[in-house]
Amino acid sequence: METYSLLRQFADSWMLLALFAFFIGVVIWVMRPGSSKTYADVADIPFRNEDTPAKERRKTSQEDVKNG
Amino acid sequence: MQNYVKLIVLGLITFFALICANYARDLAYLVNALTIALVAFGLFIWVLRRTDEPVYAPDLSGEYMDGVIRAGVIATALWGVVGFLAGTFIAFQLAFPQLNFEWSQGFLNFGRLRPLHTSAVIFAFGGNALIATSFYVVQRTTAARLWGGNLAWFVFWGFQLVIVLAATGYLLGATQGKEYAEPEWYVDWWLTIVWLAYLAIFVGTLVKRKEPHIYVANWFYLSFIITVAMLHVFNNLSIPVSVFGSKSVQVFSGVQDAMTQWWYGHNAVGFFLTAGFLGMMYYFVPKQAERPVYSYKLSIIHFWALIFIYIWAGPHHLHYTALPDWASTLGMVFSIVLWMPSWGGMINGLMTLSGAWDKLRTDPVIRMMVISIGFYGMSTFEGPMMSIRAVNSLSHYTDWTIGHVHSGALGWNGMITFGALYFLVPKLWNRERLYSLSMVSWHFWLATIGIILYAASMWVTGIMEGLMWREVDANGFLVNSFADTVAAKFPMYVVRGLGGVLYITGAIIMCYNLYMTVRRSPAVQSSHSAVPAE
Repeated sequence: METYSLLRQFADSWMLLALFAFFIGVVIWVMRPGSSKTYADVADIPFRNEDTPAKERRKTSQEDVKNG
Repeated sequence: MQNYVKLIVLGLITFFALICANYARDLAYLVNALTIALVAFGLFIWVLRRTDEPVYAPDLSGEYMDGVIRAGVIATALWGVVGFLAGTFIAFQLAFPQLNFEWSQGFLNFGRLRPLHTSAVIFAFGGNALIATSFYVVQRTTAARLWGGNLAWFVFWGFQLVIVLAATGYLLGATQGKEYAEPEWYVDWWLTIVWLAYLAIFVGTLVKRKEPHIYVANWFYLSFIITVAMLHVFNNLSIPVSVFGSKSVQVFSGVQDAMTQWWYGHNAVGFFLTAGFLGMMYYFVPKQAERPVYSYKLSIIHFWALIFIYIWAGPHHLHYTALPDWASTLGMVFSIVLWMPSWGGMINGLMTLSGAWDKLRTDPVIRMMVISIGFYGMSTFEGPMMSIRAVNSLSHYTDWTIGHVHSGALGWNGMITFGALYFLVPKLWNRERLYSLSMVSWHFWLATIGIILYAASMWVTGIMEGLMWREVDANGFLVNSFADTVAAKFPMYVVRGLGGVLYITGAIIMCYNLYMTVRRSPAVQSSHSAVPAE
């Protein structure tokens, strides 16, 4: 099979499926349980560290939960 | 030691640029080579004066790198005025052809100035705005100082050199003839180097971030930087005719070249003028409204939907051409699907103000940002509509397209940039507030009325000329000659030019306002403000 037809067939089938599945996966992942709390936290990022860089790495909300 | 290496490199660049100037085959190449020689020699002197001098290097890791952002803000404002001025002038050249002066033929006629205008507003104004704001946003949202030290200054000055080389090249006739990709091969190579340095700084800063999560604005900026690098390289695959001349020949030919060009061209709109500026929106609108973005979940879906869909929309520029039907249908369908992420993003930006709508009355900066999001919604509605083949058969090649581009560029890109500049200047120069809010209001209204005059006149003239071109009499002969349509467009061309005058007046008021914000202490304003009537 010539290169064009081969690539075209692949693009029209498996690649299309893979890209579509990735996108649907993102939408589902965004809606995962507990995501609202995480996103409420990260949406506040612009309101922290306005004037100077942070001294040390900030913990994620999950790490906070784990470590009590 | 490092300085000796720099001196050798700069000396060699000066030397080779002068050799190139000596053998130059055309005027544009000659002037560009001399420009490079001059810049390299100036830098040589600058480095020489600092060599073997004691170095004062305080530890700045506890502070953000803001110097380069201040320079970027100044460059954005100045290039903006230059670009708007060029645009207003060529608008009047179309209305009054006498403005193509006889003495400046071949340098300042419409054909030479038009790419100067488009590149000045998109790349010089928009590009500087994107680089400056991305440096500001990535530092504040990662809580880390910019990676790479003075590499950021290299990116800033390197980008200014790209602009100067491209602009002088256009006036002297160096062009690839590719819309928004006019600069010739050596400018393309230089831009590639600068852009990769930009990418390195941005990714380097993300890597050393102190916030575990990468804020959504950075996702948009990063996609803009990566995609523009990819588009730029593929659309500029060309072979120079001579190393001593500006002319190059494209590697692709025919419809492949056309498709690559509009894959580039539309994604310049999609990733340069949309994704990058959405990065601005997702940071500056929440900051100015003092509340987090309406829905963070929506912003993530917005990002991925935009990335997945925009890249396919390019073929709608090539309806009714040699491009296969399936490709132009694909472009049309993806353009229409783009409605969804575009409007999702618009809703997300507007609804960030929910609960703070009163700010619209009191804060002209937020008003500017809101109207920019409004224009984003309007032009992303108009665009997909125009990409439908049947509509395109009327709108293509007419002034409607130009009106559409400007409602997006002046309305969305211009207004959000002005809003960001009004936000940034007091922050970067440590001022309490802007010099004058009423001047911001003046700017807002002048710009808005200017855009409305522009867009409305272009709708009228575009649809009129589209209808005149296709009008046939009972025997099937065309009714109008091309010159008839040109004559009929005169009043609308004058209105369009006036819209440009209003827009640039607003921009000049902004420059004065920002300059005075930096110069005068904020106390000046309060002593001059009116006493409230009680």
